Amino acid sequence: MTLDYYNLEPLLMYIHTSLCGVMPEWLALTLEGVVVGVIILLLYVILAIVMIYMERKVCAAFQCRIGPNRVGGKGGLLQVPADVLKMLTKEIIKLKNADNFLYNLAPFLVILASVLTFSCLPWNKGGEILHMNIGIFFILAVSSIGILGILLAGWSSNSKYSLIGAMRSGAMIISYELSIGICVLTMVVMSGTMDIQMIVSNQANGWNIFKGHIPAIAAFIIYLIAGNAEANRGPFDLAEAEQELTAGYHTEYSGLHFGFFYLAEYLNLFITAGIATTLFLGGWMPLHIAGLEGFNAVMDYIPGVVWFLGKTFFIVFLLMWIRWTFPRLRIDQVLTLEWKYLMPTSLVVLLLMTVCKIYGLTF
Amino acid sequence: MELKDKIKAIIPQAVFSETGELVVTLLPDDFRRVAETLRHDKEEPMDYLRDIVGMDWGDALGALYYLESTVTYRRITLKTSTADREQPFLPSVCDLWKTAEIKEREVYDFFGIRFLNNPDMRRIYLREDWKGYPLRKDYDMDSNPLDLDNEVNSDTTEEYYLNSDGTIKGHENTVFDRDAFVVNIGPQHPSTHGVLRMRVSLQGETICKVDPILGYIHRGIEKLNEGLTYPQTLAFTDRLDYLSAHQNRHALCMCIEKAAGIEISERAQYIRTIMDELQRIDSHLLFYSCLVMDMGGLTPFFYGFREREMILDIFEGTTGGRLIQNYNMIGGVQADLHPDFQKKVKAFIKHLRSVIKDYHDIFTGNVIATTRLKGVGVLSREDVISLGATGGTGRASGWANDVRKHHPYALYDKVDFREITYTEGDSFARYMVRMDEIMESCKIIEQLIDNIPEGEYRVKTKAIIKLPEGVFSSSVETSRGEFCVVLESHGDKYPYRLHYRSTGLPLVHAMDTACRGTKIADLIAIGGTLDFVIPDIDR
Repeated sequence: MTLDYYNLEPLLMYIHTSLCGVMPEWLALTLEGVVVGVIILLLYVILAIVMIYMERKVCAAFQCRIGPNRVGGKGGLLQVPADVLKMLTKEIIKLKNADNFLYNLAPFLVILASVLTFSCLPWNKGGEILHMNIGIFFILAVSSIGILGILLAGWSSNSKYSLIGAMRSGAMIISYELSIGICVLTMVVMSGTMDIQMIVSNQANGWNIFKGHIPAIAAFIIYLIAGNAEANRGPFDLAEAEQELTAGYHTEYSGLHFGFFYLAEYLNLFITAGIATTLFLGGWMPLHIAGLEGFNAVMDYIPGVVWFLGKTFFIVFLLMWIRWTFPRLRIDQVLTLEWKYLMPTSLVVLLLMTVCKIYGLTF
Repeated sequence: MELKDKIKAIIPQAVFSETGELVVTLLPDDFRRVAETLRHDKEEPMDYLRDIVGMDWGDALGALYYLESTVTYRRITLKTSTADREQPFLPSVCDLWKTAEIKEREVYDFFGIRFLNNPDMRRIYLREDWKGYPLRKDYDMDSNPLDLDNEVNSDTTEEYYLNSDGTIKGHENTVFDRDAFVVNIGPQHPSTHGVLRMRVSLQGETICKVDPILGYIHRGIEKLNEGLTYPQTLAFTDRLDYLSAHQNRHALCMCIEKAAGIEISERAQYIRTIMDELQRIDSHLLFYSCLVMDMGGLTPFFYGFREREMILDIFEGTTGGRLIQNYNMIGGVQADLHPDFQKKVKAFIKHLRSVIKDYHDIFTGNVIATTRLKGVGVLSREDVISLGATGGTGRASGWANDVRKHHPYALYDKVDFREITYTEGDSFARYMVRMDEIMESCKIIEQLIDNIPEGEYRVKTKAIIKLPEGVFSSSVETSRGEFCVVLESHGDKYPYRLHYRSTGLPLVHAMDTACRGTKIADLIAIGGTLDFVIPDIDR
């Protein structure tokens, strides 16, 4: 295996041991924690900016437009940073009749869930940030905190639009979490582990979507649909349906509080795509085709993090494509789709995968 | 005159107009009997109430009722009045024609005539605390200084009825119950297409009742017209339904020309017809864009706007205006066609035919779009006729009501086109009617564009136009229904009263019928397919 060229683990271990050499271990751990935390938050913001820029350009392309093209040279590269700066300078408005504590808490819950889930993504070999043997379980658990923030935002804003938006969102996300859970479970059955890094390294001899063939592909599609709904994006963006509820649950938010919702929305898209990459497309594993040794060797020279980001952004692009093509669903149709079609189908897929696994029909 | 005989058989003392259109003058009690008989006639039911036009004749307050039969398309006008200016009452006809519910409110708002048995006698355009009735001739213009206080909407409304002993009693009706969950939509809302405001009571996400509140862009155009000369009144028509700007103005020009006996040239007729149809395509493209955007699809929105821009460029070349063109004049049109006009129009139609497939590919066949539109917001044929919902909305429910076909004007009797009708009456049918009409309009333009005759584009008219005494009316098919001008002249250079039939008012009124039992998201989609324009409603 030539993969170890880009293994981050020896480097990280070296840093850790040399830090322990000059200070007590608890201090070294604290210091590393702080540094990693700062890196996560920075990465979070940078990715959000990249995603927003990407969305604006992709959507412009679909809509026969150019997109941002003035601020920061020809490509409008500085448009999004400028918007972020603008957002930072906006006043955070206090509502008169709102439940102020919950109102202020809600955006933090949303962003907390998002950051925690974000930390679990396997960036590279040895590059995972939170590593535990029940990583998948952890992801499913923390990503559900977000809905609490949305419900609180809707309730505490004391606005009917917000309330309807939050109720829609609550009904939808809680429903679609079932499908997501079952799809993830399907892949856990296939990999036989809940450890994210293990799931990825099990795909060294082929990505899960190829190894698991029919049930894996079915699970992948269901995951993408449900994940799109989880991220509150079109055609499932009815929680913030602009044409109906002006902005849904975050109608009453302004300034950075609104920015948090906005940020979380984009990062949730990235996270959804990232988990799909991890479970189905081999995470940071390069593409290998059996028999083509030369090709495989070339692929190995591309660092894992590039693979991971490339695959993730590919899925992000798919989801954007869907968003900018389809009109929005209605709440009853959203729930019908989940409870009558997606959930039963995903249960069948889980069963199928189990059968395949038992009889050794996966590769 | 069969209609005359019919009415004479019921009310022998009815007065018929000698010249011009058939206007039957009746006493209020007789009027009600005639209305009932005409409405329930077996062979020729007068089941479509085109408009109610309130009037103040100085000695009497009253209204003109414009009726049409959906079987024979014959028209008749009934006129009734009351001499009591302090407490004017007229019988309501809202049990015969549902559209009267909202039209009688308009008459009440402007003239203070209360209608007996109309369940909803609130003001419609003006504030609830407005003093006086502005279209009465004795209205004091200084009686309502600018009021910056917040307007409180009452949840109750008054109904008046005649007691058996002949006295008039009133009682209160509730609009919304105390415990109803009422959501306010508009006037500042992304998808009410202007400053429409609706109060919607909900049960969960399901709509129980829609109560439109109008007047946020009420400019008092009908009142303003009474102080303007005829050429000056033209300017307002473009600002009613700005997506039918050309057609609205066409109607008023036609009405004045008819009254003044001005014959316009063949060339002007061609230009007017072509412009009308271009305007219709323009409006329907915008309809597509807005409907799609209302339903959350942002990409097709740009498709519609891309092609619409080409039409606006064509307009700009000839008329100088894009949205509001001010092109029709009494006696013809303002300026001759741009030399490139024919070439550009032909190129545009060719282009439109090639891209219309994209429109259908991205939206019409989309599974989400069809499930959201099919079977939603169904209006039956009886509903649309009773509500007076003309245009595409009526035709989607199987009511053939195209003025161009049944009362041809300009060149519409010379061109070959199909009147699009569907029978489903749901949102999808309303959408398809408009999409098909785009193609029909292209067909009409293609028949005319190469044959525009030479000649003057405008005949000379007198500097000051005076119309003979009488009531005149003309109607055209605008982009969203029948637009009608009613003009009463007392022989001056100013109109005594100039009323426009709003195409959108019946459509907004239809919202309640179409939306009950559907979801909030449907409310927006149904509103999109009904395709109303607010400045036209508020006037």
